[in-house]
Amino acid sequence: MERHFDQELKDLNNGILKMGAFAEEAIYKSVEALKAKDGSLAKSVIDNDMNVDKLELTIDEKCIDLIARYQPMAKDLRFITTGMKINSELERIADIAVDIAQRTLELIDKPVLKPLVDIPKLTAVAQGMVKMAIDSFVKGDIELAKKVLLSDSEADNLRNLIQRELIEDYMAKDPSSAPRAVQLLLIARFLERICDHTTNIAEDVIYMVQAEVVRHHPEKLK
Amino acid sequence: MAKIITKNLDLWYGSFQALKSVNSAFAANKITAIIGPSGCGKSTLLRVFNRMNDLIEGVRTKGEVLIDGTNILGERADLVALRKKVGMVFQRPNPFPLSIYENIIFGQRVHSGRLKRDALDEVVENSLKSVLLWDELKNDLNKPALRLSLEQKQRLCIARLIAVKPDVLLMDEPCSTLDPQATARIEELMRELKNNYTIIIVTHNMQQAARVSDDTGFMLLGELIEFGRTEQIFTSPQNKMTEDYITGRYG
Repeated sequence: MERHFDQELKDLNNGILKMGAFAEEAIYKSVEALKAKDGSLAKSVIDNDMNVDKLELTIDEKCIDLIARYQPMAKDLRFITTGMKINSELERIADIAVDIAQRTLELIDKPVLKPLVDIPKLTAVAQGMVKMAIDSFVKGDIELAKKVLLSDSEADNLRNLIQRELIEDYMAKDPSSAPRAVQLLLIARFLERICDHTTNIAEDVIYMVQAEVVRHHPEKLK
Repeated sequence: MAKIITKNLDLWYGSFQALKSVNSAFAANKITAIIGPSGCGKSTLLRVFNRMNDLIEGVRTKGEVLIDGTNILGERADLVALRKKVGMVFQRPNPFPLSIYENIIFGQRVHSGRLKRDALDEVVENSLKSVLLWDELKNDLNKPALRLSLEQKQRLCIARLIAVKPDVLLMDEPCSTLDPQATARIEELMRELKNNYTIIIVTHNMQQAARVSDDTGFMLLGELIEFGRTEQIFTSPQNKMTEDYITGRYG
């Protein structure tokens, strides 16, 4: 039996998908701006954050409205509460993309420190994790959500690799490289933070689908 | 600890089977809600616990219902004692056309014979205090109970049960005729009462079941489909039929 409420839930789902698309686009553009030294692209990420914030508030209000009016139970309740949390994670991801865009603007008029190799790799991992996390939410796919959680160590390893290289091969050898190296270090750190947010989304999806809290309980994933 | 246990409980109204092999355990000093669509057998199950169904012609039961370990379906069960121990509150409050005072001591007179006025006064005061009506009504005890508001009548009916010191309170849609404020107050009263009584409530109002109960059972077509902690039933039911019902997808 199709309920009016089902249409409301579909609207909420679409809102979260749009939020996911905003987040994916923000990551892509911020790193493209870094690679291409494209100031206007970086600025567009910062400017669009206002729209992301607006959508976040709209989705939050929608969730509160649905809880107040329908008093949802069981999987409907889990969908809405998970939707609220995922909404907030996606907004944070978009905020981090703004941080990357701001670091990019700092670097734009400075000479290139080194060719970017591992940062694009880490970006690809982060983008892949964001996509998988959103897909796992849309499809209610626990296996995909678990894949996101398992990908996090790859992101950590890449971040460590970038950090080691920047400190040992650049900052230690040539202190004048520090201002640029620090910006790249921060960007690597930001990308890794994005991956952490996707793991939160994946944990929320697992709760949404099978009502099991795996957050802070890694043993439950085995 | 379980106060009431049902074992393979079947019940027929003539040839219609209203309860099908119900196995359950109702915890003492807790509120248990029974939910389910109309005709699922929830009121029938409730009425088994003080054998109210016996009043209907053609009723047959099979299986066991243990209250404090004694099978109340046994032929030698003392129905008067059972109904004193297991009281029932109905959908519409049903005070007798007597004074407030006489309503409360009615059960005392049936069960305990003649008591001294002081003892009766004490019963009235304590019972009304238990349902938080004493301060409101202490100066109107001789007024007709039928003049009370619906909520006061329902509280009075609960006080009338409490006067005979039951262990179990059965409540069949006790708030269905009350407005939201009165409903909230009765629910608060239920929370108070569960410290001393085992309460089983049948309700169509899922939000009420979720708010007020500790455990919840979902019934469908005479079967107890799922029974568990209320928070688990309403956030993560294990059975799809339960989920479909509580999310409004059933049917």
